[in-house]
Amino acid sequence: MGPLVVNEIISAETNLFFAFIIGIGFGFVLESNGFSSSRRLAGMFYGYDTTVLKVFFTAAITGMIGLLFLSLFGWLDLSLIYVNPTFLWSAIGGGVIMGAGFILGGYCPGTSFCAASIGKLDAMAFIGGMFIGIFIFAEGYPLWEGFYKAKNLGSPLLNELIGSSRGVLTLMIIVVALAMFWVGEWSEKKFARDDYKLNQH
Amino acid sequence: MTKEHKPKKYMNPYLGGVLLGLVLVFAFWVSGRGLGASGATKSLIIAGVETVAPSHATTAPFYKEYGSAKENPLKAWLVFQMMGVVVGGFISGAIAGRLKFKVEKSPKITNKTRLIFAVIGGVLFGFGAQLGRGCTSGSALTGMAVLSVGGFVTMAAIFGTAFALAYFARKLWI
Repeated sequence: MGPLVVNEIISAETNLFFAFIIGIGFGFVLESNGFSSSRRLAGMFYGYDTTVLKVFFTAAITGMIGLLFLSLFGWLDLSLIYVNPTFLWSAIGGGVIMGAGFILGGYCPGTSFCAASIGKLDAMAFIGGMFIGIFIFAEGYPLWEGFYKAKNLGSPLLNELIGSSRGVLTLMIIVVALAMFWVGEWSEKKFARDDYKLNQH
Repeated sequence: MTKEHKPKKYMNPYLGGVLLGLVLVFAFWVSGRGLGASGATKSLIIAGVETVAPSHATTAPFYKEYGSAKENPLKAWLVFQMMGVVVGGFISGAIAGRLKFKVEKSPKITNKTRLIFAVIGGVLFGFGAQLGRGCTSGSALTGMAVLSVGGFVTMAAIFGTAFALAYFARKLWI
Protein backbone atom coordinates (compact mmCIF):
# COMPACT_ATOMS: atom_id res chain seq x y z
CA MET A 1 0.00 0.00 0.00
CA GLY A 2 2.56 2.57 1.08
CA PRO A 3 4.42 4.67 0.15
CA LEU A 4 1.27 6.14 -1.36
CA VAL A 5 2.99 8.34 -3.94
CA VAL A 6 5.45 5.66 -5.10
CA ASN A 7 2.57 3.20 -5.62
CA GLU A 8 0.63 5.94 -7.45
CA ILE A 9 -2.26 5.89 -4.97
CA ILE A 10 -1.89 9.67 -4.72
CA SER A 11 -0.63 12.05 -7.42
CA ALA A 12 2.63 14.01 -7.31
CA GLU A 13 0.62 17.20 -6.67
CA THR A 14 -1.26 15.64 -3.74
CA ASN A 15 2.12 14.51 -2.43
CA LEU A 16 3.26 18.14 -2.28
CA PHE A 17 0.08 19.06 -0.44
CA PHE A 18 0.86 16.32 2.10
CA ALA A 19 4.42 17.69 2.36
CA PHE A 20 2.90 20.95 3.56
CA ILE A 21 0.63 19.17 6.08
CA ILE A 22 3.54 17.02 7.32
CA GLY A 23 5.62 20.19 7.69
CA ILE A 24 2.90 21.76 9.86
CA GLY A 25 3.04 18.72 12.14
CA PHE A 26 6.85 18.86 12.17
CA GLY A 27 6.98 22.58 13.00
CA PHE A 28 4.21 22.32 15.59
CA VAL A 29 5.94 19.50 17.49
CA LEU A 30 9.35 21.24 17.32
CA GLU A 31 7.95 24.50 18.71
CA SER A 32 5.82 22.79 21.38
CA ASN A 33 8.97 21.16 22.70
CA GLY A 34 10.94 24.40 22.80
CA PHE A 35 13.13 23.70 19.77
CA SER A 36 12.47 27.35 18.96
CA SER A 37 14.79 28.28 21.84
CA SER A 38 18.53 28.41 21.15
CA ARG A 39 19.45 28.27 24.83
CA ARG A 40 17.37 25.13 25.19
CA LEU A 41 19.06 23.55 22.15
CA ALA A 42 22.54 24.58 23.29
CA GLY A 43 21.74 23.31 26.80
CA MET A 44 22.28 19.83 25.44
CA PHE A 45 26.02 20.49 25.25
CA TYR A 46 26.32 21.89 28.79
CA GLY A 47 24.00 19.37 30.41
CA TYR A 48 21.50 21.86 31.86
CA ASP A 49 18.77 20.98 29.33
CA THR A 50 18.89 17.65 27.51
CA THR A 51 15.54 17.98 25.72
CA VAL A 52 17.28 17.65 22.34
CA LEU A 53 18.59 14.23 23.30
CA LYS A 54 15.21 13.06 24.63
CA VAL A 55 13.11 14.29 21.71
CA PHE A 56 15.64 13.34 19.02
CA PHE A 57 16.17 9.78 20.19
CA THR A 58 12.55 9.14 21.15
CA ALA A 59 11.60 10.30 17.64
CA ALA A 60 14.28 8.12 16.02
CA ILE A 61 13.23 4.95 17.86
CA THR A 62 9.52 5.71 17.33
CA GLY A 63 10.36 6.05 13.63
CA MET A 64 12.28 2.76 13.58
CA ILE A 65 9.50 0.87 15.40
CA GLY A 66 6.78 2.53 13.30
CA LEU A 67 8.46 1.52 10.04
CA LEU A 68 8.90 -2.05 11.33
CA PHE A 69 5.21 -2.35 12.23
CA LEU A 70 3.94 -0.80 8.99
CA SER A 71 6.17 -3.25 7.13
CA LEU A 72 4.95 -6.16 9.27
CA PHE A 73 1.29 -5.35 8.53
CA GLY A 74 2.10 -5.01 4.84
CA TRP A 75 1.16 -1.33 4.80
CA LEU A 76 4.57 -0.07 3.76
CA ASP A 77 7.18 -1.57 1.44
CA LEU A 78 10.50 -0.68 3.06
CA SER A 79 12.36 -1.43 -0.18
CA LEU A 80 10.60 1.58 -1.76
CA ILE A 81 11.50 4.23 0.83
CA TYR A 82 14.27 6.73 0.17
CA VAL A 83 17.55 6.11 2.00
CA ASN A 84 20.10 8.92 1.86
CA PRO A 85 23.33 7.66 0.22
CA THR A 86 26.45 7.44 2.37
CA PHE A 87 29.59 9.19 1.13
CA LEU A 88 31.76 8.49 4.14
CA TRP A 89 34.27 11.38 4.07
CA SER A 90 31.77 14.11 3.32
CA ALA A 91 29.33 12.69 5.91
CA ILE A 92 32.04 13.04 8.56
CA GLY A 93 33.43 16.36 7.25
CA GLY A 94 29.97 17.87 6.82
CA GLY A 95 28.94 16.64 10.27
CA VAL A 96 31.99 18.22 11.91
CA ILE A 97 31.31 21.58 10.25
CA MET A 98 27.61 21.35 11.19
CA GLY A 99 28.57 20.57 14.80
CA ALA A 100 30.68 23.74 14.94
CA GLY A 101 27.80 25.70 13.43
CA PHE A 102 25.40 24.23 15.99
CA ILE A 103 27.41 25.25 19.07
CA LEU A 104 28.19 28.74 17.72
CA GLY A 105 24.81 29.47 16.17
CA GLY A 106 22.53 27.64 18.58
CA TYR A 107 20.26 26.23 15.90
CA CYS A 108 20.12 23.69 13.12
CA PRO A 109 18.30 24.45 9.85
CA GLY A 110 14.86 23.04 10.81
CA THR A 111 14.83 24.58 14.28
CA SER A 112 16.00 27.96 12.96
CA PHE A 113 12.94 28.25 10.69
CA CYS A 114 10.73 27.10 13.55
CA ALA A 115 12.24 29.73 15.89
CA ALA A 116 12.05 32.47 13.24
CA SER A 117 8.32 31.72 12.90
CA ILE A 118 7.73 32.88 16.49
CA GLY A 119 9.95 35.96 16.11
CA LYS A 120 13.43 34.92 17.28
CA LEU A 121 15.80 37.45 15.70
CA ASP A 122 18.88 35.30 16.33
CA ALA A 123 17.18 32.55 14.30
CA MET A 124 16.63 34.98 11.41
CA ALA A 125 20.34 35.89 11.57
CA PHE A 126 21.19 32.17 11.52
CA ILE A 127 19.01 31.64 8.43
CA GLY A 128 20.76 34.55 6.71
CA GLY A 129 24.10 32.93 7.51
CA MET A 130 22.86 29.60 6.20
CA PHE A 131 22.04 31.12 2.80
CA ILE A 132 25.56 32.58 2.68
CA GLY A 133 27.05 29.17 3.57
CA ILE A 134 25.10 27.37 0.86
CA PHE A 135 26.01 30.06 -1.65
CA ILE A 136 29.71 29.63 -0.78
CA PHE A 137 29.36 25.86 -1.22
CA ALA A 138 27.67 26.34 -4.59
CA GLU A 139 30.13 28.90 -5.93
CA GLY A 140 33.23 27.05 -4.77
CA TYR A 141 31.81 23.64 -5.72
CA PRO A 142 34.71 22.60 -8.03
CA LEU A 143 37.11 23.07 -5.08
CA TRP A 144 35.40 20.43 -2.89
CA GLU A 145 33.60 18.32 -5.47
CA GLY A 146 36.24 15.58 -5.19
CA PHE A 147 35.90 15.35 -1.40
CA TYR A 148 32.09 15.59 -1.70
CA LYS A 149 31.92 12.56 -3.99
CA ALA A 150 34.68 10.44 -2.43
CA LYS A 151 34.15 7.10 -0.67
CA ASN A 152 30.66 6.42 -2.02
CA LEU A 153 29.30 3.42 -0.10
CA GLY A 154 25.88 3.44 -1.78
CA SER A 155 22.98 3.35 0.69
CA PRO A 156 24.15 0.83 3.31
CA LEU A 157 22.03 0.00 6.36
CA LEU A 158 23.60 -0.43 9.77
CA ASN A 159 21.86 -3.77 10.39
CA GLU A 160 23.42 -5.16 7.18
CA LEU A 161 26.82 -3.85 8.25
CA ILE A 162 26.73 -5.61 11.62
CA GLY A 163 24.92 -8.64 10.21
CA SER A 164 21.72 -8.49 12.25
CA SER A 165 18.03 -8.05 11.47
CA ARG A 166 16.29 -4.65 11.57
CA GLY A 167 14.39 -5.72 14.67
CA VAL A 168 17.44 -6.79 16.68
CA LEU A 169 19.32 -3.59 15.84
CA THR A 170 16.25 -1.50 16.74
CA LEU A 171 16.05 -3.25 20.12
CA MET A 172 19.75 -2.56 20.72
CA ILE A 173 19.27 1.12 19.90
CA ILE A 174 16.25 1.32 22.24
CA VAL A 175 18.38 -0.04 25.09
CA VAL A 176 21.15 2.50 24.34
CA ALA A 177 18.58 5.31 24.13
CA LEU A 178 17.07 4.39 27.50
CA ALA A 179 20.55 4.53 29.06
CA MET A 180 21.11 7.97 27.49
CA PHE A 181 17.74 9.24 28.77
CA TRP A 182 18.79 8.19 32.26
CA VAL A 183 22.07 10.13 31.88
CA GLY A 184 20.10 13.12 30.54
CA GLU A 185 17.75 13.20 33.54
CA TRP A 186 20.74 12.98 35.89
CA SER A 187 22.59 15.69 33.97
CA GLU A 188 19.71 18.20 34.18
CA LYS A 189 19.83 17.99 37.96
CA LYS A 190 23.62 18.03 38.17
CA PHE A 191 24.12 21.01 35.81
CA ALA A 192 20.95 22.98 36.66
CA ARG A 193 21.35 26.76 36.38
CA ASP A 194 19.87 29.63 38.40
CA ASP A 195 19.48 31.78 35.28
CA TYR A 196 17.66 29.13 33.29
CA LYS A 197 14.23 27.62 33.97
CA LEU A 198 13.82 24.12 32.61
CA ASN A 199 10.76 23.26 30.52
CA GLN A 200 9.19 26.71 30.52
CA HIS A 201 9.86 29.93 28.72
CA MET B 1 8.88 38.08 33.35
CA THR B 2 6.02 39.94 35.03
CA LYS B 3 3.87 38.35 37.69
CA GLU B 4 0.66 38.36 35.68
CA HIS B 5 2.44 36.48 32.88
CA LYS B 6 2.12 32.85 33.87
CA PRO B 7 4.93 30.85 32.25
CA LYS B 8 3.69 28.08 30.00
CA LYS B 9 5.42 24.77 30.07
CA TYR B 10 6.75 23.03 27.02
CA MET B 11 5.45 19.62 26.04
CA ASN B 12 6.89 16.57 27.80
CA PRO B 13 9.96 15.73 25.69
CA TYR B 14 9.25 12.01 25.49
CA LEU B 15 5.69 12.68 24.31
CA GLY B 16 7.14 15.21 21.85
CA GLY B 17 9.60 12.62 20.57
CA VAL B 18 6.84 10.06 20.00
CA LEU B 19 4.75 12.65 18.11
CA LEU B 20 7.76 13.70 16.01
CA GLY B 21 8.44 10.02 15.26
CA LEU B 22 4.83 9.54 14.16
CA VAL B 23 5.08 12.55 11.81
CA LEU B 24 8.22 10.94 10.39
CA VAL B 25 6.51 7.56 9.89
CA PHE B 26 3.52 9.27 8.25
CA ALA B 27 5.92 11.02 5.83
CA PHE B 28 7.41 7.65 4.88
CA TRP B 29 3.98 6.08 4.44
CA VAL B 30 2.64 8.91 2.25
CA SER B 31 5.72 10.12 0.41
CA GLY B 32 8.30 7.36 0.85
CA ARG B 33 10.76 9.77 2.39
CA GLY B 34 11.52 11.37 5.73
CA LEU B 35 11.75 14.90 7.06
CA GLY B 36 14.33 17.49 6.06
CA ALA B 37 15.21 21.14 6.17
CA SER B 38 18.48 22.17 4.52
CA GLY B 39 17.40 20.88 1.10
CA ALA B 40 14.71 23.55 1.00
CA THR B 41 17.23 26.36 1.55
CA LYS B 42 19.43 24.91 -1.18
CA SER B 43 16.45 25.00 -3.57
CA LEU B 44 15.90 28.66 -2.71
CA ILE B 45 19.55 29.52 -3.41
CA ILE B 46 19.45 27.69 -6.77
CA ALA B 47 16.18 29.37 -7.73
CA GLY B 48 17.57 32.74 -6.64
CA VAL B 49 20.77 32.44 -8.67
CA GLU B 50 18.85 31.20 -11.73
CA THR B 51 16.64 34.29 -11.51
CA VAL B 52 19.28 36.92 -10.73
CA ALA B 53 22.16 35.54 -12.80
CA PRO B 54 20.74 33.10 -15.37
CA SER B 55 23.90 32.98 -17.48
CA HIS B 56 26.03 32.18 -14.43
CA ALA B 57 23.58 29.40 -13.49
CA THR B 58 24.04 27.75 -16.89
CA THR B 59 27.83 27.74 -16.70
CA ALA B 60 28.79 27.24 -13.02
CA PRO B 61 29.19 23.50 -12.29
CA PHE B 62 27.02 23.36 -9.15
CA TYR B 63 23.92 24.86 -10.79
CA LYS B 64 24.45 22.77 -13.92
CA GLU B 65 24.46 19.64 -11.77
CA TYR B 66 21.65 20.48 -9.33
CA GLY B 67 19.70 23.26 -11.06
CA SER B 68 16.16 23.22 -12.43
CA ALA B 69 17.33 21.74 -15.74
CA LYS B 70 17.55 18.47 -13.81
CA GLU B 71 14.76 19.14 -11.40
CA ASN B 72 14.63 16.82 -8.45
CA PRO B 73 11.06 16.41 -7.20
CA LEU B 74 12.31 15.47 -3.73
CA LYS B 75 13.67 18.96 -3.30
CA ALA B 76 10.37 20.55 -4.20
CA TRP B 77 8.80 18.30 -1.56
CA LEU B 78 11.12 19.81 1.04
CA VAL B 79 10.20 23.35 0.05
CA PHE B 80 6.52 22.60 0.70
CA GLN B 81 7.41 20.80 3.91
CA MET B 82 9.45 23.78 5.17
CA MET B 83 6.58 26.17 4.46
CA GLY B 84 4.54 23.89 6.67
CA VAL B 85 7.20 24.02 9.40
CA VAL B 86 6.96 27.81 9.53
CA VAL B 87 3.14 27.65 9.72
CA GLY B 88 3.18 24.85 12.32
CA GLY B 89 5.77 26.61 14.48
CA PHE B 90 3.75 29.83 14.32
CA ILE B 91 0.52 28.06 15.32
CA SER B 92 2.20 26.39 18.30
CA GLY B 93 3.83 29.67 19.37
CA ALA B 94 0.52 31.54 19.02
CA ILE B 95 -1.37 28.98 21.13
CA ALA B 96 1.31 29.02 23.83
CA GLY B 97 1.69 32.81 23.85
CA ARG B 98 5.30 32.73 22.67
CA LEU B 99 5.06 35.07 19.67
CA LYS B 100 7.57 37.83 20.39
CA PHE B 101 10.46 39.51 18.58
CA LYS B 102 13.52 38.84 20.71
CA VAL B 103 17.16 37.83 20.69
CA GLU B 104 17.79 34.82 22.86
CA LYS B 105 21.19 34.55 24.53
CA SER B 106 23.20 34.11 27.68
CA PRO B 107 22.79 37.10 30.05
CA LYS B 108 26.57 37.60 29.85
CA ILE B 109 26.79 38.63 26.19
CA THR B 110 25.30 41.47 24.15
CA ASN B 111 22.66 41.11 21.46
CA LYS B 112 25.27 42.12 18.89
CA THR B 113 27.65 39.32 19.91
CA ARG B 114 24.81 36.81 19.81
CA LEU B 115 23.70 37.89 16.34
CA ILE B 116 27.25 37.81 14.94
CA PHE B 117 27.77 34.27 16.20
CA ALA B 118 24.31 33.26 14.93
CA VAL B 119 25.36 34.36 11.42
CA ILE B 120 28.73 32.54 11.70
CA GLY B 121 26.94 29.40 12.95
CA GLY B 122 24.47 29.65 10.09
CA VAL B 123 27.25 29.96 7.48
CA LEU B 124 28.97 26.85 8.88
CA PHE B 125 25.73 24.87 9.17
CA GLY B 126 24.61 25.84 5.67
CA PHE B 127 27.96 24.81 4.19
CA GLY B 128 28.21 21.64 6.28
CA ALA B 129 24.69 20.51 5.43
CA GLN B 130 25.52 20.72 1.72
CA LEU B 131 28.76 18.79 2.18
CA GLY B 132 27.07 16.20 4.43
CA ARG B 133 24.05 15.80 2.10
CA GLY B 134 21.56 16.84 4.74
CA CYS B 135 21.28 18.26 8.22
CA THR B 136 20.09 17.14 11.63
CA SER B 137 16.61 16.42 10.21
CA GLY B 138 17.29 14.97 6.79
CA SER B 139 20.53 13.14 7.40
CA ALA B 140 20.74 12.40 11.13
CA LEU B 141 17.13 11.91 12.33
CA THR B 142 15.61 10.50 9.15
CA GLY B 143 18.78 8.53 8.39
CA MET B 144 18.79 6.93 11.82
CA ALA B 145 15.10 6.01 11.59
CA VAL B 146 15.74 4.03 8.39
CA LEU B 147 18.94 2.60 9.96
CA SER B 148 21.16 4.24 7.31
CA VAL B 149 24.89 4.06 8.11
CA GLY B 150 25.26 7.66 6.94
CA GLY B 151 22.58 8.81 9.39
CA PHE B 152 24.48 7.42 12.36
CA VAL B 153 27.82 8.77 11.08
CA THR B 154 26.41 12.28 10.55
CA MET B 155 24.65 12.25 13.91
CA ALA B 156 27.84 11.24 15.71
CA ALA B 157 29.92 13.85 13.85
CA ILE B 158 27.46 16.71 14.56
CA PHE B 159 26.92 15.98 18.24
CA GLY B 160 30.51 14.87 18.88
CA THR B 161 31.92 18.10 17.42
CA ALA B 162 29.41 20.29 19.27
CA PHE B 163 30.33 18.59 22.57
CA ALA B 164 34.05 18.91 21.80
CA LEU B 165 33.74 22.65 21.09
CA ALA B 166 31.24 23.40 23.88
CA TYR B 167 33.94 24.47 26.33
CA PHE B 168 35.27 27.13 23.93
CA ALA B 169 31.80 28.50 23.17
CA ARG B 170 30.57 28.44 26.77
CA LYS B 171 30.40 32.23 27.13
CA LEU B 172 27.70 32.32 24.46
CA TRP B 173 25.36 30.12 26.48
CA ILE B 174 26.21 29.87 30.17
